[in-house]
Amino acid sequence: MTARMLDKRMSAAEIVAQLSDGMTLGIGGWGPRRKPMALVREILRSDLKDLTVVAYGGADVGMLCAAGKVRKLVFAFVSLDAIPLEPWFRKARESGTLEVLELDEGMFQWGLKAAAFGLPFLPTRVGLGTDLAELGGLKTVQSPYDDAETLIAMPALKLDAALIHVNRSDWRGNVQVFGPDAYYDEWFAKAAAKAYVSCEELVDKMEDHYPEGAQDNLFERCFVSGVVEMPCGAHPSSMPPHYGWDMKAFKAYADSARVPGDWDAVKDRFVGASEAEYLANIGGKEAVTGLPLPIF
Amino acid sequence: MSDITLVDLCIFACSEAFRDNGEIVATGVGPVPRLAAGLAKLTHTPELMMTDGEAYLVEQPVPLGPRAYDARKPAGHLPFSRFFDSAVWSGRRHAMVTPTQLDRFGQINLSYMGGTYDKPKTQMLGVRGFPGNTIYHPNSFFFPAHGPRVFVPQVDMISGVGYNPAKRTAGGNFSAVDLRVIVTNLCVMDFAGPDNAIRVVSLHPGVTFDEVQAATGFELAQAETMVETAMPSAEALDVIAALDPHNIRAGVIKDNPPAVRAA
Repeated sequence: MTARMLDKRMSAAEIVAQLSDGMTLGIGGWGPRRKPMALVREILRSDLKDLTVVAYGGADVGMLCAAGKVRKLVFAFVSLDAIPLEPWFRKARESGTLEVLELDEGMFQWGLKAAAFGLPFLPTRVGLGTDLAELGGLKTVQSPYDDAETLIAMPALKLDAALIHVNRSDWRGNVQVFGPDAYYDEWFAKAAAKAYVSCEELVDKMEDHYPEGAQDNLFERCFVSGVVEMPCGAHPSSMPPHYGWDMKAFKAYADSARVPGDWDAVKDRFVGASEAEYLANIGGKEAVTGLPLPIF
Repeated sequence: MSDITLVDLCIFACSEAFRDNGEIVATGVGPVPRLAAGLAKLTHTPELMMTDGEAYLVEQPVPLGPRAYDARKPAGHLPFSRFFDSAVWSGRRHAMVTPTQLDRFGQINLSYMGGTYDKPKTQMLGVRGFPGNTIYHPNSFFFPAHGPRVFVPQVDMISGVGYNPAKRTAGGNFSAVDLRVIVTNLCVMDFAGPDNAIRVVSLHPGVTFDEVQAATGFELAQAETMVETAMPSAEALDVIAALDPHNIRAGVIKDNPPAVRAA
């Protein structure tokens, strides 16, 4: 293999062009944090449809639902934290247009791990004694050992593609993921046939720029199929240490779901015709990097 | 004594749920449970572990509300990426939370109300981590407005495991299901009635059992001797005030009433 073939740089539009209607798409991050929103916006500018979305959901899920891109949603919650109930997700749910598989947060990552390891399922106690199994059609298995325990067989959450926003990457997909918490981004990458990463900073050779950060290489480059530099690409979600979430933007987005709550009438404000236009509309890179990190 | 608020009495009562819990992660979601966990750690149960509300473990509970970001001093790291391995699925945690509904079996709901799974009337957060929390580690609850829409005969969507015999899948291991305490603006309850029935243990000053029963959508048991809920000590009040310098807790219970009702 030549070094040239390892150049995984793509444009956001080229990444979205790799996706097709009906695909199962994993989205990294957690609620209003570390979401690959620039890539989500690129999907919103495309004709892509009938997606099965697998996510610890925030505005990524809300927007894709609002735009009618989602046929099925696999979720444990959809929330913007300080705005606990994601209004566009609620509208989609309450209109009955969405097929869903609701899971516990821990079962969810267990399903990603099953997919990563190529297993049909992984056993867990979680879900027993609740309505999840019955509503989601989850089956049980019995331990073949002396304990004979009955467990839920959490099915693999196999992803056709995953979108992840990382702090740094090089052309070859050597990523560095840092900040207080990377959530389950590693497992989204490994559960997916192809993972595409957007990054705050793209360098040519990681070893020449940030060799001291090698321990932040959360998943290896064999799991990365495409890379695009998208500074501020998580906005309005948070991307520590670069910037905090934009609660003003989240509030405007949430308020726009009120009556009449027509996505087509408001989407230009939250998506824009291009990422450059979107960034300009929110005050540019300086406005985003000036957003304080949230404290709790 | 007269200037002690009901919310401070509730925080004090909630903190008792964490007494002598050992080296486990005490998670309080919302101002009252979080202050209660902090109070427990700073007074009777210093061995408790807790996070800064995000990804770091702290030995000094983090005060509520705006402050300098760097005021937090991490002593350890417990990100969500390790949370199930380290805290939930190991049973090393006690969470105190506020679900939307709780029924006579202690089953809780945070997912949706009314309608169906495919078309809920009111969509809420989703089950979050409740199914795993309730089958793996102890849980307690705080409700700021005790009423029949919260305490229902049967929750609309069972998001957390309770003591409902009909939901005990044969062969399943339910040995770690451990619902501890419910604190409300009216009383303190536990699950020690017949067949884990919810039982009133103490009544806040001036509250009667009949009043609690009338505000509850199912029949309550009562402890043999229902006592009056203990007033917070002066030390506890100082700790609570230090952990909540902006008095965020004043907004938790409607009208922020005093602990002792006006005659």
